Amino acid sequence: MELLALYLSAKLATVATLILIGIAAPLAYLLTNFTWPGKSFVEALVNLPIALPPTVIGFYLLFLLGPKGFVGTAWENLFGGTLLFTFTGIVVASIFYSLPFAIQPIKASFEKIDPRLKESAYVLGLSPVATFFRVIIPNSVNGIAAAAILVFLHTMGAFGVVLMVGGSIAGETRVASIAIYEAVESMQYEKAWALSLAFIPIGYGFLLLVNRLTRK
Amino acid sequence: MCLTAVLKKKTKFFTISVELTCPDGETLALIGPSGSGKTTIIRMLAGLVAPDEGRIVYRDRVFFDSARGVNLPPQKRKLGYVFQDYSLFPHLTLHGNAAFAAQNRGEVDALMSFFGLAALRDRKPHEVSGGERQRCAVCQALARNPQLLLLDEPFSALDVVTRRLLRNELKKITETRTFPVVYVTHDITEALFIGNTVLPIVGGAIDRAWMERITAPAAGTDARTKAARTTKLALAY
Repeated sequence: MELLALYLSAKLATVATLILIGIAAPLAYLLTNFTWPGKSFVEALVNLPIALPPTVIGFYLLFLLGPKGFVGTAWENLFGGTLLFTFTGIVVASIFYSLPFAIQPIKASFEKIDPRLKESAYVLGLSPVATFFRVIIPNSVNGIAAAAILVFLHTMGAFGVVLMVGGSIAGETRVASIAIYEAVESMQYEKAWALSLAFIPIGYGFLLLVNRLTRK
Repeated sequence: MCLTAVLKKKTKFFTISVELTCPDGETLALIGPSGSGKTTIIRMLAGLVAPDEGRIVYRDRVFFDSARGVNLPPQKRKLGYVFQDYSLFPHLTLHGNAAFAAQNRGEVDALMSFFGLAALRDRKPHEVSGGERQRCAVCQALARNPQLLLLDEPFSALDVVTRRLLRNELKKITETRTFPVVYVTHDITEALFIGNTVLPIVGGAIDRAWMERITAPAAGTDARTKAARTTKLALAY
């Protein structure tokens, strides 16, 4: 059971991270390199999860992803299933929840790139999209990798949001953080210890890697 | 056929207001002290900065026309542009940089050989000297077969000897090309050496009196000092 919960956490974190990097990198590029109307409103909106308690985010997402919510209805029309209390649902919730944690470090790594490189690409005939793929991304690989690790760890530790949207279904939505909480609730301290100990080397190892990646 | 530009732009300290012309196959050197607006002028020609008013035309193509609301982005001006420094892509080798926007791969190798970079083709920009980086930047600009070459103080961060070598190489190669070249520098000897025409820019405007002032020998200079100065200038060329 402990291994299943850990596996589920790692699977959730991996899937959410891959999708998040795909969303956050272009969004960070739009936020750092261009001016457009409403930019500061969009930036504040994507950063909102930092400023809200996870249970509050989870509560809103419960309605948003539910059968009457905007995302839940759209999902049902497109794929014919529900999002609440499913693995897909907690992936979608984690994407909302962890988006600022992906955007911020990627934005920081894009801001470190000399703006003259972008100008150089433009005068050499590259469109802004081609510049993103041929200049910006290759020059911020370490920053993006560091962002991916931080998002992975952040999603691994998600509790409130996942519990609200996914509940606690073994093998589907009962991730390690929920399994730990339930083990403590039922006074099964060995289980709680075993799972909690697993987080230390994972977290510590990955943070060392982040230091290495972001060191100049 | 030539490049003609009428440019007006308000900056923090003065208004840039210039008219310039550069025929095909010739080099126009813009000379002036730091902060005189030279770089803004060349950036306007490139499309990196929009003038407030004016018109930039090359052959039949209108790059910019405030009256008609035309402003081609830099991508559509088919330029070669050499920045002062740091413009090479750090993730690519020198060859990767030179070939970045190249039309003809064979020409990239020929250009790299001409600039003495053939042996360094697989090095990254941070593994070579400043002079080699700027040689590569010139290769990169020429390899895309531009219809207009713009150089913004390309050698000013280099030592005097390297600078002289590079401007000789540049002059040799631009003399064989048919496009107009606009060259920005704050070095008078460089401007006189490289330019078919030298346009002095001070405070955003053309100021020929300034040019005469800085090239004239000081009042009361004796014949010997004058001769020494001439020799020095000749050596500097």
